[in-house]
Amino acid sequence: MRKTDLLIIGGGSAGIAAALGAHDNGIKDIIIVERDFEYGGILQQCIHNGFGLHTFKEELSGPAYAEKYYALIKDKEGIKFMYNAAVIEIKDKIAIVQCAEGLINIEAKAIVLATGCRERPAGAIGLKGDRCEGVYTAGTAQRYLNKEGFLVGKKIFILGSGDIGLIMARRMTLEGAKVIGVAELQPYSNGLARNIKQCLEDFDIPLYLSHTVESIHGKGRLQSITLISVDDKLQKIQGSEQEIECDCLLLSIGLIPENTLVEDLGVTLDKRTKGAVVDETYMTSVDGIFACGNALHVHDLVDYVSIEAKKCGKAAADYIKGNKSKTEKQINVLGNGISYMVPQYFHLGEGIEFSFRVNKVFKQCKIHVTGVGIDKYVNKLGIVPSEMQKVLIKKEELANLNGELHWEVIE
Amino acid sequence: MIDVTIIGAGICGTLIAHKLSKYNLSVLVLEKANDVASGATGANSAMVHSGHDPKPGTLKCKYNLLGNRMYKDVCADLKVDYDPIGAYVVATTLEEEQKLDELINQCIERKVPYELLTGDEARNNEPNLSDDVTKALSLPTTAVVTPWLVAMAAMEESMLNDVELKLNYEVKKIERKDDYFIINDEIETKLIINCAGSHCDDITNMLRVSPYKVETKKGEYYVIDHTGKQLVHHVIYPVPTAKGKGVLAVPTVHHNILIGPNSDYIDDKDDVSTGSGLDYVKKEIAKTIKNVPFNKMIHTFAGNRPHIDLNDFYIQKDDEIENFIHVAGIESPGISAAPAIAEDVVETMVLPKFSTSIKQEYVKRKPYINMKKMSNEEKDALIKKDPDFGKLICRCEKVSLGEIKDVINRKCGATTIKGVKMRCRPGMGRCQGGFCEPEVVKIINKHLDQKIEDIKLDKNNSQIFCAYAKEDL
Amino acid sequence: MNLICINCPKGCRLTVNQVGEKIVVEGNSCSRGETYAINELTNPLRTVTTTLEIESKLYHRLPVITSSPIPKAKMMELMKILKDVKVKVPIKMGDVIVKNILDMNVDLIASKSINE
Repeated sequence: MRKTDLLIIGGGSAGIAAALGAHDNGIKDIIIVERDFEYGGILQQCIHNGFGLHTFKEELSGPAYAEKYYALIKDKEGIKFMYNAAVIEIKDKIAIVQCAEGLINIEAKAIVLATGCRERPAGAIGLKGDRCEGVYTAGTAQRYLNKEGFLVGKKIFILGSGDIGLIMARRMTLEGAKVIGVAELQPYSNGLARNIKQCLEDFDIPLYLSHTVESIHGKGRLQSITLISVDDKLQKIQGSEQEIECDCLLLSIGLIPENTLVEDLGVTLDKRTKGAVVDETYMTSVDGIFACGNALHVHDLVDYVSIEAKKCGKAAADYIKGNKSKTEKQINVLGNGISYMVPQYFHLGEGIEFSFRVNKVFKQCKIHVTGVGIDKYVNKLGIVPSEMQKVLIKKEELANLNGELHWEVIE
Repeated sequence: MIDVTIIGAGICGTLIAHKLSKYNLSVLVLEKANDVASGATGANSAMVHSGHDPKPGTLKCKYNLLGNRMYKDVCADLKVDYDPIGAYVVATTLEEEQKLDELINQCIERKVPYELLTGDEARNNEPNLSDDVTKALSLPTTAVVTPWLVAMAAMEESMLNDVELKLNYEVKKIERKDDYFIINDEIETKLIINCAGSHCDDITNMLRVSPYKVETKKGEYYVIDHTGKQLVHHVIYPVPTAKGKGVLAVPTVHHNILIGPNSDYIDDKDDVSTGSGLDYVKKEIAKTIKNVPFNKMIHTFAGNRPHIDLNDFYIQKDDEIENFIHVAGIESPGISAAPAIAEDVVETMVLPKFSTSIKQEYVKRKPYINMKKMSNEEKDALIKKDPDFGKLICRCEKVSLGEIKDVINRKCGATTIKGVKMRCRPGMGRCQGGFCEPEVVKIINKHLDQKIEDIKLDKNNSQIFCAYAKEDL
Repeated sequence: MNLICINCPKGCRLTVNQVGEKIVVEGNSCSRGETYAINELTNPLRTVTTTLEIESKLYHRLPVITSSPIPKAKMMELMKILKDVKVKVPIKMGDVIVKNILDMNVDLIASKSINE
């Protein structure tokens, strides 16, 4: 049995930042378990630019962001990486790691889950039609193109306007494929506005809002898809079908926090984020188990992942050091317009930055925060579900709460 | 001159080959697809029915009952999974309860073990049964299996004992000579067993006008992930109707839940598309089970069953052409019946045609290495012997590099991404291969020496590669 | 004219008007927004990233990025000239892989270090 103060599962953007946060806060015995042969996680295949404006004040590619962030912990004594290693089970605070040396049990005082997220596959939406080759999640196509160097299609249609799908529209076009269009079920795009501009409009790729793929066709290889439009209740409009020829359908239909490791541990999951329910220290419902980054809730920016994970690492360090007992639990109650809130509950003591998403497009609105001793409006301009929102509530504003903090969007 | 040629490497073809592999005979198996178990055997309810249901006096009834009793030993012999989890046939109306009484009479006649439960007793064991369920017929001899692994294991062991398998080999022409056949102008054989599934009639028509016509019935299924609490622990049947067994919930040997199938005739024998059948399945399952977690659905598929107009299996020597044997119309309960069919065909129709003897030496296959079935100590010891077992490739199903190498470096081994997936499960989990498929591609590239450009997802025209980056600029 | 600023994920909605000789930009939250809007009207610029073949034990591709944005119209031309570029290890992040691409005074630089 090996022992460590802090075990971090996942060596991507969240894992590295959590290690930094914990180390800066005095914990010098940290193990990061990483499945791949290198650090960085999914950043290593995100070779496009757009990372690091907050953290490094420059625009970097994913691998460059990873490398620069890794440089911050590289020389810190006491942070050890285990590569090509996977945690296959957690029991209490003992993780079983499968790696080339065998199965290694590691007992930790605290564990941070920084396992990232996975893409919703075609099977999860019951995509109808032939069982043909050529249907990929955008991230898998990205991996094949950016790391292996080949295209999984020449005439591409994309279902879902998530950012990875948009980024792949540009990448595949630049590398020699023809992207025919992007369909989005919602009447608004699920990707960042800048990606609609620089990934679709720059290349004259049409975006079909309120459309979805009804079925796919092809023997062996995909030959065409049937596109159908939906009404404002997202119901398919019969008769609006059109067949579009393509040899590849990319799916960018959502990301789901990877939490299967901890489901057996009894960690409570939030139905909305599909990540763990946490408090302001990012601790889950199981004592000493923390979660951050896309394993907690899907972020839109890696910079925000780093900021959150660093805070999580710092909090895990506090926990290991046995700092502070927690005050009474305060619960976020979500009202109109809010689709989720992290943390889901919290304790009084410090100011808290809340991260959340809204459930539709709001052109001009106020976030209304109420509770005992607080009645606060935060103005927001043009907020959309695809962008994570943050609101900082000061320590003094929360001082008199007695159990609940209510949130709603007022148009 | 080949003694016996089997056309079709589904569960019947491969089990027949396996039975014959024990004798001093030359045996050849021809399969048009690029892997065994590519048709109905690879896409079905993955279970062994107890034999309570087929019409009395049919071959379906005879072979289902015999097959059910043989399955445990067949799976143990081939070293594949067999899990006798039992089944409930659930009734929700008085009319359906009467139908249960008829089934009970059949159970008594056929010596099929059963127990009649009240709705509450059944719900006690299966809390997710619908509140409308009033009675349940418990059938403890129902089992779940992995039919394609039965076929793959049978083929592998056959090949270890000198049976030859030709994949990607489509039979286009058969000629009858004096006392032998010539297939595609090149294969001479004394006897042919037609196990061609949906194409049995096409094969027969090469020699004579087929006495039956194979129609294809398609069944569509949902697959639910195995994380979290299991929905049901028994196979749950509705009360059967004239149309068939109805929409089932099947907890698989890997603890996924299959929901399906519907049953619709289709024109194109090779059409395995999914469509409106899934909507029907969703509607039907709600009648027997509540709380079906469709949000944990990870996959949908369709399987085709060869149905012949005679409404029964057609298993017999051809009445015009000597040494030509039909194993046709093997729809449900075909998986359940297959071992009994194979035994009967070999013993009563093939062996009497040859003067042969049992092989003195026989090589048994080794089971696929499956770390999930090992204790942590066993896993650790295995990795220390070969570090490839320490490298996890599929995180959802926890499959290591070593396990994947094991299933490709074998007789009847995997050659495609789907072939690997069917044998040791990378890609069967909740990410459906999103993370591990590129790794599997690399493994096939390295260890099977296939070029990246040639690696296939499944069928022969399903290459994943389309062009190198910038190649078309 | 309405534009979406692509400089950062905020994606500010910009309004651009020509007032006499001058281009007036509104809706931007920083100075880069103004520069972007003016460029977008006169000479739109884009940062380009791609990967190149690399001879390495562990990697097939080296990610690269333009050292500064290039004219949007030149993107495909740039991709074409990179078709046959092959790179050898070792590479340090920031290394110039192709100098002065298409005579635009822009270099193509490695955005990852690959040692072996």
